[in-house]
Parts: sequence; C-alpha cells; structure tokens
Amino acid sequence: MAERNGMVEKRGSGLWLTHLGLIIGVAFIFFPIWLAFVASTVDQQDIVRPPMPLLPGDKFFENYGRALVSGVNAPVATMLWNSLVMALGIALGKIAISLLSAFAIVYFRFPGRKVFFWLIFLTLMLPVEVRIVPTFEVIANFGMLNSYSGLILPLIASATATFLFRQFFMTVPDELAEAARVDGAKPMRFFFDILLPMSRTNIAALFVILFIYGWNQYLWPLLITTDPEMNTIVMGIKQMFPSGDDFAHWPTIMATSILAMVPPVIVVIGMQKLFIRGLVESEK
Amino acid sequence: MATLKLDNVKKSFGKTDVIHGVSVDVEDGEFIVIVGPSGCGKSTLLRMVAGLETVTSGEVRINGKRVNDVEPMDRDIAMVFQNYALYPHMSVFDNMAYGLKIAKVPKPEIAERVQTAAKLLQLEPYLQRKPRELSGGQRQRVAMGRAIVRKPAVFLFDEPLSNLDAKLRVQMRLEIKALQRELGVTSLYVTHDQVEAMTLADRMIVMNAGVADQIGAPLDVYANPETEFVAGFIGSPPTNFIDAALVGGQSGRIGVRPEHIALSDTGLLTATVGYSEALGAETLVHLRTGDGAQITVRQDAALPIPGEGETRGLSWTDENVMRFDASGLRQH
Amino acid sequence: MEKRVTFKGIWLPLLLVLPQILITAVFFFYPAGQAIWQSLFIPDPFGLSMQWVGLGNFEFLLSDRFYRASFLTTAIFSILVTVVSMGVALYLAVLADRLIKGSGTYRTLLIWPYAVAPAVAGVLWLFMFNTRVGVVTWYLGILGYDWNHVLNEGEAMGLVVVASAWGRISYNFLFFLAGLQAIPKSVVEAAAIDGARFWTRFRTIVWPLLSPTTFFLLVVNIIYAFFETFGVIHTITSGGPQQATTILVYKVYSDGFVGQDLGSSAAQSVILLVIVSILTVVQFKYIERRVHY
Repeated sequence: MAERNGMVEKRGSGLWLTHLGLIIGVAFIFFPIWLAFVASTVDQQDIVRPPMPLLPGDKFFENYGRALVSGVNAPVATMLWNSLVMALGIALGKIAISLLSAFAIVYFRFPGRKVFFWLIFLTLMLPVEVRIVPTFEVIANFGMLNSYSGLILPLIASATATFLFRQFFMTVPDELAEAARVDGAKPMRFFFDILLPMSRTNIAALFVILFIYGWNQYLWPLLITTDPEMNTIVMGIKQMFPSGDDFAHWPTIMATSILAMVPPVIVVIGMQKLFIRGLVESEK
Repeated sequence: MATLKLDNVKKSFGKTDVIHGVSVDVEDGEFIVIVGPSGCGKSTLLRMVAGLETVTSGEVRINGKRVNDVEPMDRDIAMVFQNYALYPHMSVFDNMAYGLKIAKVPKPEIAERVQTAAKLLQLEPYLQRKPRELSGGQRQRVAMGRAIVRKPAVFLFDEPLSNLDAKLRVQMRLEIKALQRELGVTSLYVTHDQVEAMTLADRMIVMNAGVADQIGAPLDVYANPETEFVAGFIGSPPTNFIDAALVGGQSGRIGVRPEHIALSDTGLLTATVGYSEALGAETLVHLRTGDGAQITVRQDAALPIPGEGETRGLSWTDENVMRFDASGLRQH
Repeated sequence: MEKRVTFKGIWLPLLLVLPQILITAVFFFYPAGQAIWQSLFIPDPFGLSMQWVGLGNFEFLLSDRFYRASFLTTAIFSILVTVVSMGVALYLAVLADRLIKGSGTYRTLLIWPYAVAPAVAGVLWLFMFNTRVGVVTWYLGILGYDWNHVLNEGEAMGLVVVASAWGRISYNFLFFLAGLQAIPKSVVEAAAIDGARFWTRFRTIVWPLLSPTTFFLLVVNIIYAFFETFGVIHTITSGGPQQATTILVYKVYSDGFVGQDLGSSAAQSVILLVIVSILTVVQFKYIERRVHY
C-alpha cells in the first residue's frame, strides 16, 4: 500500500487539508440526521421556540416510546412491521421469481424463450411511476387495497435480478450440470442442490439492494394503503403532519424518521461488502 | 462386468457431420483409449456413450442393451470430467456421495462405499474438505472417487489429466492404470496425448476428422499404422514422410520412423543437416531434403553428431518403409 | 452466449417462468396497455362513459402551459440534482482517493445515506428549513435572510434539489471512488514526473480515464431524478408553490389521483413511458457497462 500513491501523495499540510475536506463532506452528510436525532430526544417546546438545541435532550425514551406505541395515526411499531413485511416480500419475491426465470432461460430450450427474455427486458421501461393509475385500478379490482399482497406483488417482477442471475448461471461450468446428470439429478434437484448453493453470495448481495429498495418505497404504499394500520413507515411519516396550520409534533415525527432509517442503514453498514458488490453488479 | 458396443454411431449438428460412423466392440474389463487431435470428434463420441449427447444414428449398447434413449444416470456409467466438475460447495464426502444419495442408497452403505473409495485413493484425511482446499492431484482423485463409488459398468474419462502439470500427469496416469486393473471395470478414455494413449490402452481408437482410422493394441498401431494420419499422429517425434517419386516409387508417399533412418555418406536420399538435439540417451538430428521436406533422425547418443550445414545421405531398410497411396491409405 | 448443456422438457421451463410472466402481464403490461388506451379517451364528467378523442389528450397536453412548465421544471430539477450530487461526490472521491490510510473509513461514513429513503430525506431537510421551526431558517434569519420556500419558487426548487442530491451522494461517491482507484497509479505518477501539477493531472489524465464512469452516472442520476424523487417533492413542497416543483412524475400523480383527470394522466404516463424507454436504450446501448470494476 505504501507506494500505491507514491510521490503523488500529499504530505504535511496537504494531507490535513484532504482530511479537512472529507470531514466537511461527512459533516454535510451527517448534519440533517444529527438534527433529526436531537429533535427526537427533546420536548416539543424546545423545537417550536427556535433555535432548537444542537445537543440531545433527555426525552429519548419518552419520544420513541410514544411513537412506537401510539404514533399519530397508527403506532409506529405497526408501520415498522408493515415495512418489514413489504421489504422482505419484495426482496425475497424478486429473488425467487428471478432465480426460477433465469434457470429456465439458461438451462432449457423452450418455445417463446426469446420473446420471454424481451418481455422481461421491457419491464425496465415500466417503473411503477409511469403506470400508477391503471395499476392502482388492477389492485382495486382484485380487492388488494390495504393488503400486503397489494403492496408486494406489483413490484416483484425484476429484469435486473433476472439478468444478474442469468449472467451468473452462464459462468457456471457446463460440466457441473453434466456431472449432476450423470449423478442422476433431475433439473429441479440440480437447481436446489447445486445451483442455489453456488449462487448464495449473489443472492445475499442482491438481497441487500432489494431490501432497501422495498423498504424505501413511497409512492406505491401512498396510493394503496388508505388504512393507517397498513401504512409503511416511510410513507407514514408524511401522514403525521397535520393539515392546516397546526404545529406538527416534531419529536414524534423525527423519532419516526430515525426509526425509518435504522433498519436499512444497519443492513448497509453490517453487510457493506455484499452491499457494494450488489450495487455494482446490479448496475452492470 | 460389462461390454460396450458401438455400432456405426454417427453424429451431426444440424447439417455438419462430426462423427461419420464408428463401430467398436469393447470387451469386459478392457481399457480403450480414444486418441486424436482436437476437433476430431473424440469427446463427442464419449459424450454419446455417456448420454450427454444424442446419437444421430447407429446404436450404443451396454451389456447388450440398447441405451440410445436412456438417461445418463440409468446407463450404469460414471464419468470423470476434464476440469473434474466437482461441486464447489460440497465436501469431498458429499461430492462422492451425491449420486448415491439421489439413487436413495441407504446411508450406512453410502458411508461405507465412500470410505472404501477414499481409502483406495488415499483421500481419507480430506473427506471433510471443500474442493478449493485441495491440490490439483487431490481434486483429480476426488473426481475418480465419485466415479468409483457408483460401481458403474463402464468408466468414462474425458481428458482427465490435461489440467495437471507434467510430473503429476505421469503419476496419475500410473495410478489410473493400476486402479482400472484392480477394479476391472470396462473403461473408455479420451485424450489428445498419444503417450497417455500408448501407456494406458489395451486397445486404442485413433480418430481423425470424425472417422476411426484405426483400432488396435498400441504397439500394433505403432508398428503397423493403417493410414498416413495414424503414422504421423502416433509416435514422437512423428514419422517422416517422403514423396514416393523421389526414391523410385510410384504415386503417394512413404513413411519411415525417425529411429529407422541412419545417416551415412551416401544414401537413398541426401539432405542438409539443420540443428541437432542431444537428449542424453539419444540424439535427434533435423535435416531438410532438396525439395524442402523436414526429416528427423533419431540416433544413438554414441554416434557422432553431424555439423550444421553438412550434407548427409539418408538410408533405411525396405522392411521399415510404410507405403501410402494418394488418399493416405496404407499399401501392403 | 448459449449453454452447451440443457435439460430436456418444455413444460417445466414454462412452469418456471410462469410466476414472472403472470406478474409482468397483470401488473406491467396490462396497466401499460390501459394507460395507452385511456390516453385516447376523455371520460364524461360523471365517469359513466368514455369519449374517443384520438391524440386529443396529447395535443391538449403539449399546448398546455402548465404541462410545458412541468417539462421545463423537470429538466432544470434533473440537471441540478445530477450536477450537485455528482459534483460533491466527485470532490469527496478525489480527496478519499488521495489518502493512503483511512479511505475505507470515509467510505463507510459516506455510503450509508444510500439507505435513507428519498421521502425520509425530504422530511429531514424540511425540518431544517421549516419556515417556523427550522434551525437553518432561524440562523439565516439572524444573518438577515428571510427563507421561505413555501412562498418563494426559487427557494423551493433549491430545497428539493439539495434534499434529492444529498441522499444520492453516497451512490455516486462509491462509483467515482471505484473508478478512480481503477486508474493505474503509474500513469498518474508518470504525469507527475513530467511536471504536471495536480489540477493539470486531473484535467488531462484522470478526468478522461474516468469518463465512462461519469457518463454512466449521468444517465443513472437523470433516471433517479426523473422517477425516484417523488418522495422528496411530495414531503417537502407537494409540487408548489405555484407548481414550481411539479416534476412530470408528480404531475401524473396529482392529475390522476388528486385531480381525477384520467385521460390526461394516462397521456402523461405514455409520454413518461417514451422518456424512460429512451433513457433505458441509451443506458444499454451507449454505455460500456463493464467499465466499472
């Protein structure tokens, strides 16, 4: 490592300026979150009489407890649960149907294979934002408003995941499938015994990305969950703001905001290697 | 206990014929090596026996039973792949046991069969390791072990030694031979390496462009090649070919092996000496004839090495001459 | 590229792709078809019947002052978000790349806002700049600047741009840092020996070698700004004031769900569909997708 930057490396004051620049960047990134955290530990009175304090107060347990147990429209604990179900449903659902599709595309020759491939590709061009009204109508007709299946199903087709698994399956040596055939493995047995265990790093990396994608959904839950008991936490925050001129209850809202980012942030930091890998590979 | 019979087996991919009809009867316990240059169709032939490729026409029979349309697992065969094809996420034990598990062999019997094979292959200390924790030679043994535990009627080997370094290749070659002797299982072995073919085979099939040019015991094939291709492919350095017209013959070419040519002051032909390779026990002398043909002479190390640029005569005796007609077939 | 080995069978593979087919057919292609179909009609005021208007909805849209304004808003918004987030990210990545030790630590500190939802980012920034309680608003007031994004269109735009760009810095930083670290150090060192100072080296060597990453990020960020910033807009400004922050996606939502103007909303969906299709094709066709790593 020592010679990696070699003579181009900055020395002395230059080095400190580099650190200073980065620290300013980190501070810019952290500041909004720090403020939110401080606001979630103080009293409403501390906030509505600006300027609010810049150091945490002593109302941490009170504010978070109130948010989790009663919230504003619905207990935040319920919304967290809804978000968890939705994020897991989307991540696991996308992975499952993409694995099966990729397996079929790579290891079989069946009529319509090419067409199917292009159909999946086309879904890239149809993000939920461009088909909101008709998709909403479909969900409404199925009676899936305010349901987990309504939250999850329209989002689990995945071209990216299918392509990623296809790409990976192509790199699995042909001989492995042949050896499995000679060993007597039928296709699905090969899939579960050989292919799936070999894909686990890819699956994990993709899971990190898809979990965050699912957790952070906003527009779709906003449309189809009219019942506060079905709100997800990310879209539920906005619902906590009173209409009209009333003061929002900032400590509760900010506690909820912190709670909304803790699970995905833990996933990103805890699985940093997998996260970076998933991010880079899913964009290839 | 199995025989294997190929009866005019052909293979085409679309309109391209890759195998033009190969027939052979393999006896029980026989070790057959299919040898030929890359692209000659030898692997395709093996894969048809394995059931990994469909047979376009002709028949494959194992123990007299036609298996053309039988799935690989039901053919009673086991295969060792070129890159071993070990399941990377399974331990050595599980790799060997996988086929037996699928066949629903009782657990104690699986353990016993894997243990026996592991002992035979000196793999016992490694049973719980993953393939990536093994050396090349050990992986090779696991691939063999996976074939052995199934107690198949026929072993199929697809260039199993080509990924090993030279020293290990010689060692594994001997091991495979010893193992096959001990187990007495009918074997079909594909390689492009003629030394492997010569040393391993009871009989070998020399393939050339989708045709079995010659089938026979290694030394018979070496001594009596049926075609110009076989004469050139088997033997190292290869047979020298000389235009028959140059030495008073008719059409076609004659072939003389390097060890059958002697350098002399006068000879049937003269040639200019190029470079020489002194290998210790013998010396290879490379020459060029007047019409530009390359000639290699293998002579005893005790004989003097001619200087570069000298003109020497080449002589040989008539019984060592192989005559081939214009189409490459041997004339007797 | 095709596999040499395949399994036999037709029904099994069809069964395997069935879930994906069903999902895409029911939730992707049918609604997209519906959007195209509905874009050719106007419902009567009671929603009882539909009247065929052909391309009338499109003609109306393209002549509509508000829609054209929304187009312009989207363009400005996307460019600003892309430039701000990529600019800051590149700056930080260049600094982090110069460190021998500690660049990994800074990476950890900088990448996690990727996990913060745009809507949550919106709430955080709204809180800071809230006209009544915002800390930044208060300090700006001390300095004599009267911040009010609820009334001031420029300030509203500035706020949603910064809030949208903020969460995106992590992503761009990660790719820029990877791109920088992939540049062979010997090339940069050779330039240093040739006497090039930092800025010259950056301009003549690093920047050109980084350009595949930059172009890739450009497209990806524009797609992000177009489609994934709905949460920021909705939480901070709801498209206001006077539609100053109504980007196209927000307008589809507000016309379709709030305004219940289905024909117009459908026509807008179709236009968005064309835009995203073009962006997707550009992304696939013109980007050497393997340049990163």
